[in-house]
Amino acid sequence: MGGLPGGPVERTEHDYADWERRVDALMALLSGVFGGERLMTVDELRKNIEALGPEAYDAMSYYERWVAAITQTMLQRGVITTEELARKMIEVEGRGGG
Amino acid sequence: MAAAEALFRPGERVRVMKAYPLGHVRTPYYIRGARGVIERLCGAFPNPEELAQMRDGLPARPLYRVRFLQREVWPDYRGGRDDAIEVEIFQHWLERA
Amino acid sequence: MSDLGRYRPLSYFQLMEVSLRELLVEKGVLSERQIDETVADMRARGPERGAKVVVRAWTDAGYKRRLLANGSAACEELGLDVPALRLVVVENTPEVHNVIVCTLCSCYPRTLLGLPPDWYKSRNYRSRVVREPRAVLAEFGTVLPAGVTIRVHDSTADMRYMVLPMRPAGTEGWDEERLAALVTRDSMIGVALPTAP
Repeated sequence: MGGLPGGPVERTEHDYADWERRVDALMALLSGVFGGERLMTVDELRKNIEALGPEAYDAMSYYERWVAAITQTMLQRGVITTEELARKMIEVEGRGGG
Repeated sequence: MAAAEALFRPGERVRVMKAYPLGHVRTPYYIRGARGVIERLCGAFPNPEELAQMRDGLPARPLYRVRFLQREVWPDYRGGRDDAIEVEIFQHWLERA
Repeated sequence: MSDLGRYRPLSYFQLMEVSLRELLVEKGVLSERQIDETVADMRARGPERGAKVVVRAWTDAGYKRRLLANGSAACEELGLDVPALRLVVVENTPEVHNVIVCTLCSCYPRTLLGLPPDWYKSRNYRSRVVREPRAVLAEFGTVLPAGVTIRVHDSTADMRYMVLPMRPAGTEGWDEERLAALVTRDSMIGVALPTAP
């Protein structure tokens, strides 16, 4: 991305939402930042973010890209399956949220 | 872990390979083909291109900080003559210049 | 988890976060407590930690040498734990001004300084600061004298960077606490200078 044309830097900052902090924490834990077993690498996170494609930058927020990429990595590594994820998402949605 | 031997020393002139392979690459597009100088050897690290593919990236590869003059990187650069950009680049992307 | 118990419809990705987390907990990969503790741990990390390092370097020449030689070890010397961080500290001088970016993603010395600001992760910052650093700095209100060399550091691999800004004039004899108040996060990224006294 370096050197591509761009507009002015928007200096607004948002305070991170709790779910975003949880995604960040999940990544730190899964990649072994604070010790503990390393179940994925930051390189896989980055590769899976790249795989979302260029439209993802506009369509998704930073931590949305992260949660998608972490989930893809867990699927690729066989920690979870697509079926498990589907069933869990239905269950969570049925409860009315977190 | 066995590390590949470091080929370059601080102060040596190097050129970044001008290649555009698929896969996960940590050598930015804007610096491919550019000429610079080794600023330091950072150490040896597992290859991120391989880590991204769920392999262990071993043996560790030498990683360098390379300094480039901005006026040599960007054709239209309008800044100081000595303005520089420093990028970390793995040995396998570098050739002696 | 402070937003539990408040009903709101979840977005697709928030739904995914909850689902992924619950699956991982059910499988024993991690626990809710670990996640809570990690969230709390990261909340406690902020730019004031970097400011401590900066002002120690301003007031202790030996520490500054050690900091420039091995950034992470120097942080730990002050009791600042920096897990997984390989820190390189680059020094601003009257001749050279440094600025940090990660053009490929948004690498930042998080375990020292906490989470980065949105703009640091933005496309516009990442694409433009490598090519026209002075113009980007000017948008932050930072104008450097014409003769100063600008050095941009793109953290493309395993190292993370922090700028050691120059100590402002007029601060002779100040104690570390007073000095630390001048050291802003943006001055440690390099888009700004420390606050003038």
